[in-house]
Amino acid sequence: MADEILVVAESRNQQLAPSTAEVVTAAQKLAADTGAELRLLALEGPAEDLCAALAGFQSAGVLRARHEALAAYSPEAYTQALVQVLSRRQPRYVLFAHSYRTRDFAPRLATRMGRAFISDVTAVRVENGRTIASRPMFEGRLAADTVFLGEPPYFLSVQIGVFRGDQAARAAAPVAVSDEGVTPAAGPGKTEAPFQEAKHAVDLTQAAVIVAVGRGIKEAKNLELAQKLAAALGGEIAASRPICDSGWLPMDRQVGSSGQTVAPKLYVAVGVSGAIQHLVGMKGSRAVVAINKDPEAPIFEVADVGAVGDLFEIVPALTAEIEKLRQG
Amino acid sequence: MKILVCLKQVPAKDAPVKVASDGANAGKWIRDDVGYETNEPDAYALEEALRQKEAHGGEVVALTVGPARAAQVLREALAKGADRAVHVLGDDLAALDSYAAAEAISRAIAGQGFDLIFTGLQSADFGFGQTGVVLAELLGIPHSTIIMQVEPIAGGVRVKRELEGGFFQFQELPTPAVLTIQSGINKLRYATLMGIKQAKSKPLAQVTAADLGVTPALNRQAIQRLYVPVKTKKTEMLTGAAAQVAGQLAARLKNDLRVI
Repeated sequence: MADEILVVAESRNQQLAPSTAEVVTAAQKLAADTGAELRLLALEGPAEDLCAALAGFQSAGVLRARHEALAAYSPEAYTQALVQVLSRRQPRYVLFAHSYRTRDFAPRLATRMGRAFISDVTAVRVENGRTIASRPMFEGRLAADTVFLGEPPYFLSVQIGVFRGDQAARAAAPVAVSDEGVTPAAGPGKTEAPFQEAKHAVDLTQAAVIVAVGRGIKEAKNLELAQKLAAALGGEIAASRPICDSGWLPMDRQVGSSGQTVAPKLYVAVGVSGAIQHLVGMKGSRAVVAINKDPEAPIFEVADVGAVGDLFEIVPALTAEIEKLRQG
Repeated sequence: MKILVCLKQVPAKDAPVKVASDGANAGKWIRDDVGYETNEPDAYALEEALRQKEAHGGEVVALTVGPARAAQVLREALAKGADRAVHVLGDDLAALDSYAAAEAISRAIAGQGFDLIFTGLQSADFGFGQTGVVLAELLGIPHSTIIMQVEPIAGGVRVKRELEGGFFQFQELPTPAVLTIQSGINKLRYATLMGIKQAKSKPLAQVTAADLGVTPALNRQAIQRLYVPVKTKKTEMLTGAAAQVAGQLAARLKNDLRVI
């Protein structure tokens, strides 16, 4: 029997999360490289149907694990259900999106099965029979080719935003769905429904121009420099997480995985090093300008134009230039 | 409540990233001129533990797994108010994966009966984001991740979990439990002079990883090669005097990006 690759789908509000299509793209490539058969697995509550959407992707089959203990997410129920499915099927690879949910249960699942879980993976390849997963380290300033020690299944989570969901191959006709019986029990404790703190007072997603500040701004009083630049450009001010954690700007100005995801016409990153959690929130910007003193800062990876130097000199000079051009 | 806080010493955020290209250390990080600091989310985890103790009483124990230099994070934790510290010591412990690190912690605290165990949600160096959850599994107790608020209730804790895209969720867990703490959950304190002085007389226990049977041989994953990521996007880099760079940038914004 051919090796199997299982993609564990993720639900959000009873629907397939967009990141699942990205994982399917990664898994289809791995299947093509290894000759393994790809199957897509949904963990569902009784009233959910993720499989209909999964059946639209090209795969060797869709698996439905449905149980009332899976209606609301709990790490223990997910772990038990997956242990049951994986023990039966013995796949070679198990792929997830590197979401907050995966981070919550996958380490427990892999440990219960005595296996490794390589997280936040940006590429997977097989060389001489050995699976090599690339992942960022040190906030993206380094990358590591990482290998599994021990036996499959190999657990991998794929960094969100690396593979394109719209490139996942679609099936000509819906793929057959089969049932995987599971009997998980929810863990101890009680989980309440997700909520949003307050409606975002500022909707950064609609901004055409965003000037974002990071740690490089050093002190709260220096924010004024970035605010003046934003005003000159007619844009909104935003920030990376540490700035909002410090209370220098309100949380609703935060761009990144725990804040807003934005796609302005122009994103100016001022003193933002470009930790991956920030990059996922702004990678969709049409144009990115980065100002940073460190030429190795990961923000330059996604920038169209990079200015290496002292932001305390460049930003005021840039603001003055823009004002001059506006008047001219 | 008796709270354990797991702290990791990591390279400072501005540490140079140089990787050896050949020789016996090829593909390894050259750390000669690297400074170290407490992993940021772990510092928030310590702060949260101290606040819980101040509000509800109990004991805060700081623990690290690492070489001799890592004792610095424990001295800082004691100076900020931790009651005692445990150092799992070994020269090669920076090479542990999450599983092996969690094994080291679980073996070091066996029988100590902590009500809560706090870790940061991930480390700034390896970024596995797994050690806390693996530790909970090894101890056979529940966990919750990416925590922004902790409140004791009868028989357990009520926590606020951060979800993606600005969403949150409340969860109630029985104790003992492991919580992985998110940066920004609170405001960090500085150690006072008095605290630094008192820290010198607080207990700092050492246990060698070898005595616990922990070595990198327990690892379930290994780094085969480390490298500075290859740039895929073509970035036009501007360097030179600030005024000149600003002029070039403004011209690009006007002529190419048409935002002026």
